Amino acid sequence: MSKLPDAEGLLPKLAAELRGCITPATAMIGLHTGGAWVAERLHPLLGMKDPLGFMDIAFYRDDYAKAGLKHDPKRTRIPFEVEGKDLLLVDDVLYTGRTVRAAMNELFDYGRPRSIALVVLADRGGRQLPIGAQYCGARVEVPEGMRLRLKRAADGKLALEYERAA
Amino acid sequence: MPPSSPHNPQLNANGELQHLLSIEGLPPEILTQILDTAESFAGVTEREVKKVPLLRGKSVFNLFFEASTRTRTTFEIAAKRLSADVINLNVAVSSQSKGESLLDTVANLSAMHADVFIVRHSSSGAPHLIARHVKPHEHVINAGDGRHAHPTQGLLDLYTIRHYKKNFTQLRVAIVGDVLHSRVARSLIHGLTTLGVPEVRVIAPQTLLPAGVESLGVRVFHDMRAGLKDCDVVVMLRLQNERMNGALLPSAQEFFKHYGLTADKLALARPEAIVMHPGPMNRGVEIDSSVADGAHSVILPQVTFGIAVRMAVMSIVAGN
Repeated sequence: MSKLPDAEGLLPKLAAELRGCITPATAMIGLHTGGAWVAERLHPLLGMKDPLGFMDIAFYRDDYAKAGLKHDPKRTRIPFEVEGKDLLLVDDVLYTGRTVRAAMNELFDYGRPRSIALVVLADRGGRQLPIGAQYCGARVEVPEGMRLRLKRAADGKLALEYERAA
Repeated sequence: MPPSSPHNPQLNANGELQHLLSIEGLPPEILTQILDTAESFAGVTEREVKKVPLLRGKSVFNLFFEASTRTRTTFEIAAKRLSADVINLNVAVSSQSKGESLLDTVANLSAMHADVFIVRHSSSGAPHLIARHVKPHEHVINAGDGRHAHPTQGLLDLYTIRHYKKNFTQLRVAIVGDVLHSRVARSLIHGLTTLGVPEVRVIAPQTLLPAGVESLGVRVFHDMRAGLKDCDVVVMLRLQNERMNGALLPSAQEFFKHYGLTADKLALARPEAIVMHPGPMNRGVEIDSSVADGAHSVILPQVTFGIAVRMAVMSIVAGN
């Protein structure tokens, strides 16, 4: 198994890339749970006017008919007007693209943003939908039968880990 | 995952909620899951677009064998906010009056591809009977059966208490009035004890208490002033005039004098106590207008929370 990139090292790199694109109309939303952790680290580095938003896409998933409702959905909180904003949507790992599709559907129930860009810590390929990340910390190859997960330690440090897929 | 219970008809083989028939017998994990999910739905109901696509393409049948405007409406709103198709059937005045049996009615609706049945019936146990006969992908939610249970009302009461008091394990809760005829009281008592409320009191004249009510784990008071002392939550019940056949009470005025909630009686509870009522209220019978509309009252927020709670129950059972 190839060595995973250091999540802590990827954060300043992503922040440096994002800094150039921030305008007064830029706002950020982190996707629960891993994307919210990443967004909580990036947001203070970028000096955005609006507070950070959080989204849980549990009510917009496309596998509800098969998998039922996720056990502990968090509350979506978007503390700014979505209308007309340039949104940075933040997730930890980009895989099939289904989470991002669900997130975009939910976002449009809040308003019509001017643009949405996707920011991810890691892209592991395997897309099932025409979705790509505009800002990506690292590309990672994940072995067959494994998942890529972001973990947060008690001291707040983030780390990417392999996990056996269920 | 909560332990599976082969004898509980509400749970599937994985111990997940398949039907909601009563709060009695549900493990605390499932009650908490419903309350947590409802909290997320409360966020949806505050948005401009109050709809999520979760139950798109599913059919929810409101089967009301007994009249109820508020409960039926809140179930309808909840189903619509989940993007389900809602069919309202006022069965009391249709097939049943032509002599069709309960199970035949349900079999016919099932043939129309129902996914969820919301059932209200004047006979205790009717939703259980339906749940035993539906297909595996069909789900039954009890919207009140006889004197037995009204689990979604109990759950919205629990949600309201958690919303204002945060934690169940330090509370003293008083339930006041016609406990005998109240399915709301029964559901709420089971929920409160399951979630660890240390002291649940019932306050009522002996004639309005079911025999052996102490076995539910409550303290019984016949004197309202003694019973309200230091309570954090006061739940008033409606005096069910239409159920009162015979002389259980001298008069409504007499009842109000002893068991009606007035500002001076409420002053004996904790200063930050909340006052709840499942509705519809009889002002001047079980509750004084100044209390119903006063600073301690959370009666209207209860109605709002009821929508989020019913969204949670529907989306959990329909997904299992």
